[in-house]
Amino acid sequence: MNPQLRRRFASAALIVGFFVAWELLCLLFDVKDIVLPRPSQIVVTLAQRMPAIWPHAIQTLYTTLVGFALGIIAGVFLGALIGSSKVAYDVAYPLLVGFSSIPKVAVVPIFVLWFGAGTIPAVLTAMILCVFPIVVNVATGLGTTEPELEDVMRALKASKLDILSNVGLPRTMPYFFASLKVAVTQAFVGTVIAETVASNRGIGNLMMIASSSFDVPLVFAGLLVLAVLGVALYVIFSFIENRVTGWAHRKDEFAMG
Amino acid sequence: MLAPDSRTHVSAFVELQNVTHTYGRGDKEVRALDSTDLRIEKGDFIALVGPSGCGKSTILKLVTGLINASSGFVFVAGREVTAEPVRIGMAFQNPTLLPWLTLRDNVMLPLKIVAPFRQDYRAKRRNEFRDRVDALLAQVGLAGFADKHPWQLSGGMLQRASLCRALVHEPQLLMLDEPFGALDQFTREELWGIMQDLWMTRRPTVLLVTHDLKEAAYLANRICVMQARPGRIIEESVVHFPRPRTIALSYDPEFVILTQRLRELIMRPGKEIAP
Repeated sequence: MNPQLRRRFASAALIVGFFVAWELLCLLFDVKDIVLPRPSQIVVTLAQRMPAIWPHAIQTLYTTLVGFALGIIAGVFLGALIGSSKVAYDVAYPLLVGFSSIPKVAVVPIFVLWFGAGTIPAVLTAMILCVFPIVVNVATGLGTTEPELEDVMRALKASKLDILSNVGLPRTMPYFFASLKVAVTQAFVGTVIAETVASNRGIGNLMMIASSSFDVPLVFAGLLVLAVLGVALYVIFSFIENRVTGWAHRKDEFAMG
Repeated sequence: MLAPDSRTHVSAFVELQNVTHTYGRGDKEVRALDSTDLRIEKGDFIALVGPSGCGKSTILKLVTGLINASSGFVFVAGREVTAEPVRIGMAFQNPTLLPWLTLRDNVMLPLKIVAPFRQDYRAKRRNEFRDRVDALLAQVGLAGFADKHPWQLSGGMLQRASLCRALVHEPQLLMLDEPFGALDQFTREELWGIMQDLWMTRRPTVLLVTHDLKEAAYLANRICVMQARPGRIIEESVVHFPRPRTIALSYDPEFVILTQRLRELIMRPGKEIAP
């Protein structure tokens, strides 16, 4: 067995082992399902209540992706603006750090105040949460372009746009895609936070209602749905990252000559 | 700016008139280049040698128009450098190839950007450019490597590709900033031969900045020796050895005498400063 396969096998075994241990410990100590339901109960609940859960899952996914898309647009725009010059980078950085260090949950009530409870505050929260990793990465990618490379381009009388499209943007791609897989999970977190605070749809809302009526297995079923969605989004974007920016990760391949 | 005598005499292809350049301001002001004159004829091969910080690279950047002179005039092809329509190719110590492109696409980059190729590049003449790039790669011994990415190649091979990129758009002016400095001795000597071959077949005007006196004597028609703090040209010597020159030439007594004399010129001012 090669090392990589063995590592994957070990990861899978750990995940399965975790759920088995959970199940067994609950049985052994006779834990009530109102405190901590067993994984088997959660799966059964999930299967039984699927028709009720499904629309909420779609809602959460939809909100996340819309917020994420807006976050990409805003993030790339701001990142390109800040990364385009050293001065802009230095000037804007403190403000950026200030904004990004605000706990984003705190802005949800403001959005509710402006737009009312519902989908819009959730979309905006998702966007706010995912925009910072994108801005910082795009700005860093553009800002760290080798000066000699720019000299080569400037000696060719390349315009700013030429330099950006031929050097700046391709060079920024690995940074951008690395930020996307972080950003998409952040957007997901933002959506669920906003849904729990102020919404009448979505998995976050479902979990709030379920917990207020002590339907603990349903709460955990919601959690399971969130975990699956979150992992799926991460996997999709890290797959895209590998496909698009493979050149950046192959530095350790052989050199010949 | 207007230079009083710029159009009154037949000017050289590249001409620096009383050029001074300072970096920084106030207390941190550093005079990199002090009232320098330099004339380079079309198709000539000039080497700039000297200690670190003598303004070699500054001259290169001034001629390329990457920086502007603090005072004095820089002319290329009879015009002030900032307005000049001349095609320029550059190669540095670091090959600076784009890692996401194949070697062929890297070399093709100037054709995508520089007029008049730029228009043709869009007008579906790419196949023709492809053939041209492949021929150029073959000339420097990189036939068959065009589809490789930079990370798959050695430093010497990357530097060859970098030379191709500097030459592919047929520049009238070729700027080389220690392009062989990071290579091992054998690769370096091999590339001197390739560089000479490229120059003899294409005849661009070359300005080579180097620390290597053997390299300067092997490649250049004329060597400008520079001095640091403030940077200026203290001597120019013409190199008469016939071409094509070979590595065997570097063991010729005349060649050795030349490089030793250059070495003394460069070392001498340093000794005066030291107590």
